[in-house]
Amino acid sequence: MQWEIVIGLEVHTQLSTRSKIFSGAPTAFGAAPNSQACAVDIALPGVLPVLNRGAVERAIKFGLAVGAKINSPSIFARKNYFYPDLPKGYQISQYELPVVAGGSVKIQIGGDGNECEKTIRLTRAHLEEDAGKSLHEDFQGMTGIDLNRAGTPLLEIVSEPDMRSSAEAVAFAKTLHSLVRWIDICDGNMQEGSFRCDANVSVRPLGSDKLGTRCEIKNLNSFRFLEKAIDYEAKRQIEILEDGGTIRQETRLYDSDKDETRTMRSKEDAQDYRYFPDPDLLPLEISADWIEEIRASTPELPMSRRYRFMARDAASYVAMLQEHLDIDFEADLHDWVQQTHREIIAPDTQKTYALSAYDAAMLTADKNTADYFEKVINDVGSANTKLCANWMTGEVSGRLHKEALDIAQCPVSPAQLAGLLLCISDGTVSGKTAKDVFDAMWRGECDGNADIIIETKGLKQISDAGEIEQLIDGILAANPQQVADYRNGKEKAFNSLVGQAMKATKGKANPAQVNELLKKKLGNL
Amino acid sequence: MSLSLDDIKRVANLACIEVSETEAATALTQLSGIFGLIEQMQAVDTSAIEPMSHAQDVVQRLRDDTVTESDQRELFQSIAPKTEAGLYLVPKVIE
Amino acid sequence: MRPHDFGIHPPLFYDLSRLANTMLNSSLKQLSALLAAKKISSVELTGEFLKRVKALNPDYNAFITVDEKMSLAQAQAADAMIASGQARPLTGIPIAQKDIFCTKGWLTTCGSKMLSNFVSPYDAGVIERFNAVGAVNIGKTNMDEFAMGSSNETSFYGPVKNPWDITAVPGGSSGGSACAVAARMAPAATGTDTGGSIRQPAALCGISGIKPTYGLVSRYGMIAFASSLDQGGPMAKSAEDLALMLNVMAGFDTRDSTSLQRASEDYARDLAKPLQGLRIGLPKEYFVEGMSADVARAVEAAIGEYRKLGAETVEVSLPNTKLSIPVYYVLAPAEASSNLSRFDGVRYGHRAPEYIDLNDMYQKSRAQGFGAEVKRRILIGTYVLSHGYYDAYYIQAQKLRRLIAQDFAAAFAQCDIIMGPTTPTTAFALGEKSGNPVQMYLSDTYTIATNLAGLPGMSIPAGFGDNNRPVGLHIIGNYFAEAQMLNVAHQYQQVTDWHMRMPDKLTA
Repeated sequence: MQWEIVIGLEVHTQLSTRSKIFSGAPTAFGAAPNSQACAVDIALPGVLPVLNRGAVERAIKFGLAVGAKINSPSIFARKNYFYPDLPKGYQISQYELPVVAGGSVKIQIGGDGNECEKTIRLTRAHLEEDAGKSLHEDFQGMTGIDLNRAGTPLLEIVSEPDMRSSAEAVAFAKTLHSLVRWIDICDGNMQEGSFRCDANVSVRPLGSDKLGTRCEIKNLNSFRFLEKAIDYEAKRQIEILEDGGTIRQETRLYDSDKDETRTMRSKEDAQDYRYFPDPDLLPLEISADWIEEIRASTPELPMSRRYRFMARDAASYVAMLQEHLDIDFEADLHDWVQQTHREIIAPDTQKTYALSAYDAAMLTADKNTADYFEKVINDVGSANTKLCANWMTGEVSGRLHKEALDIAQCPVSPAQLAGLLLCISDGTVSGKTAKDVFDAMWRGECDGNADIIIETKGLKQISDAGEIEQLIDGILAANPQQVADYRNGKEKAFNSLVGQAMKATKGKANPAQVNELLKKKLGNL
Repeated sequence: MSLSLDDIKRVANLACIEVSETEAATALTQLSGIFGLIEQMQAVDTSAIEPMSHAQDVVQRLRDDTVTESDQRELFQSIAPKTEAGLYLVPKVIE
Repeated sequence: MRPHDFGIHPPLFYDLSRLANTMLNSSLKQLSALLAAKKISSVELTGEFLKRVKALNPDYNAFITVDEKMSLAQAQAADAMIASGQARPLTGIPIAQKDIFCTKGWLTTCGSKMLSNFVSPYDAGVIERFNAVGAVNIGKTNMDEFAMGSSNETSFYGPVKNPWDITAVPGGSSGGSACAVAARMAPAATGTDTGGSIRQPAALCGISGIKPTYGLVSRYGMIAFASSLDQGGPMAKSAEDLALMLNVMAGFDTRDSTSLQRASEDYARDLAKPLQGLRIGLPKEYFVEGMSADVARAVEAAIGEYRKLGAETVEVSLPNTKLSIPVYYVLAPAEASSNLSRFDGVRYGHRAPEYIDLNDMYQKSRAQGFGAEVKRRILIGTYVLSHGYYDAYYIQAQKLRRLIAQDFAAAFAQCDIIMGPTTPTTAFALGEKSGNPVQMYLSDTYTIATNLAGLPGMSIPAGFGDNNRPVGLHIIGNYFAEAQMLNVAHQYQQVTDWHMRMPDKLTA
């Protein structure tokens, strides 16, 4: 039997506020244990929560970015359970009325020319507080509790079960990861736990429209683990079903050392969380004015920026957007999507670059890269768009990757790169030589000024026709054998002659000119 | 509605309060009496009424995102049952 | 220091006259005048009250913690404030603080074994306000455990006795505060009221007490019982004293999301207003079954007094009154079950000495740390919130809560103020109801509805019933009508002297 895998994700993103969601304690990572846990965080008797405006603002920003509905009012509820890293014995979360409802995210799937888009619907996103940390190292045979993280604001983003493979799940998680950093609501640091996924996985016979029994895999803190855990879990479920068994609904943990998932707790001993509205917090109302203010400050979103980079002109950009926004949702939600996106699409529809889908995707992978690209284009002019794209997806990205740097840490500034690209486009240096210049710029030589590096190193390309002609004449005279070979149809001999010309000029001869003149001469001989 | 001994034990377990058999039996008698009182609520048709969560019809006030609290760990942990290296200690938590 | 830690027993014949009777019955205003005129220092005044506490507390058990050193240090600071001309109302006046208010450096137990080792690392909003005006904390008063009780018998520190009859309960949960004021161990005290915990003990001990509109007094640092109902308020001899106390206690606090942002007001501003034309609503549901004859007589007499003062009475109806107890015993325990989850023996409070694992530590710490009534309410609350019961109990109770609030809105369209008995009977005997929770709960019949509606309510002494036990007159005002209620109470206290009465044996 053919099986279909059905996946929904719950993603916990730590919001990048300075202070906690319900207290004025700092949220910085890595402080001494419990040094950032104030009276409210450690739940002293009598303390009370007061909601952080910054956390709400970030939730709204996210809601706008995914075309969701911003609920007003939304309600905070208590989720009751006992755990030593949960000081109050309940977590303040949102249950019946979350701040963000609906919305969707488009992911890119497939590859090798089969790229296509898929819409993943979001159920909701709600605000809640993070718990502390249990440190299981041995303290006199006991567990140590650090409450620094307790009260850190989280936005829990819940998707519909719209993904059909681990690859789709990873693509979705990556898209969200990029989006929350793009709109600057979360630092996305997965090692520090700023972005954590739970995956709901079930399988069903292909063609069935009934959902199978699902298992929830908790706390997947890397894309690789997410992929492997889903693959393992789907395989496990399929094997059970094929052996005639049934799946038990349960919560499972992924063990990355053994690459397997195992039972954490079954549905039967699932907690009864006794959710109820928190009487210490009042209904959260969000005014239309506030939403507008946040909308105005939200940057152009990755999806529309990607389309703008791909578009040939303003008209094709708008056409692409319309197609993108044609999401088949309930009517009211659809209106919201339309309205939301109309307000936050590109501020300048004229800046289109006609890039390939691949280039556009690469250059909008994060906001800093896209900003970098547009800064360079601003200096080199739109005629050099392709050159710029090639350099950014090639040399620049390769070098950053090799040195594990972020584009924001790139030692070559957009203006410096633009200087180099202009030298290429006007023929001052060849593409090959330019890579050496780039190396020098990377090392910070001559303050990263391409012109000066070319000048001092004598890397200027020889484009003087007379000089090259003289050189070629010399080479032809010195290599009668190759000339003869070429005449007898050996194309290889031509390349050898070009090589000699380049070698003689230490690569500085303009290769196009060498080719052209050489052909002319050989033809004339 | 009638409460059972199992209900009492289930709820005590949810509330993390150890109860002996005798305590559970006493609690059953007392809670049954109290629920006798509570059941009077069920006689009223409230289908058209909105639940009232708060005494005042006001909305949540928001605080600015600024750090106002400084480290008071030493003071706070001076009243803790068991600490070490700045951590609160509890019996081993098994995941 | 706990009462039983006093060490030496007080002298058998403590000379009660040392604190002159006039001073025992002095109003806060009079005491302030004495302090301002340097007739007495705060250190002397505090010292005298401390001696009286030392003498009487072993019999009445009104205080859980008394710390002479800390009190006198505050008194000294108050004297400095007075000397430098920076005195404010209540500077240097000893105030008894209910042990539910977190008080930095003081044992703050909430009447529970769970917090029997909890020295608070911070001050409640209310305590900060008293500190800011230089009031003196004379001690932390006994109370029903976590404010759950109507007789003060659920305290881990033992019951408080009623100064009018040592065999009777003082009421609860603010029984220690009521007793302290009634026995003149403190000129005034603080209390909290979730279902009547200020008004019922005030009534049973023959003193005045007001529970303000929900949101007026900060709940920050006031150990939560039922967050949506809890409200702090003053307890004192007279309405005038309550006004001065409320002037200090009420006010916006950014740390409490339910604290109301309102312009500050002087609650004493209307005390002198005549009552001519005041419309007093008498809910017909309050004057039927349940009320004992002696209480009815006293309340009728008080209302007669009001008619003489120029007020008129109208019959009003609060048809859902009988539902307030069932609704309360769903909502308050539900909130409490969650509020009390933080007491897990991890960061502070009682941790069981022996346990086998984490869950066992939780189960035992909580089983040992909480008393029977608290456990009972946690179980009720956990049950009504649990899966499958939430709608039938919790949501239904919240809907009925709205009906109860609407009853009051309709009644206030016909009257300015509502009056009735504070309690159905006078103080009952110690042990009389402690074995029967339902009977105990019914003693809050008249007070609970105001908490559900969030309205202000107060109780003032209105004479005595059988066996010379005090009767309280219940005054319910509309939202934010505290100044008017205090005026109404004050005018009555100008023509009666019930509030000045003291148990004979406690006078010199």
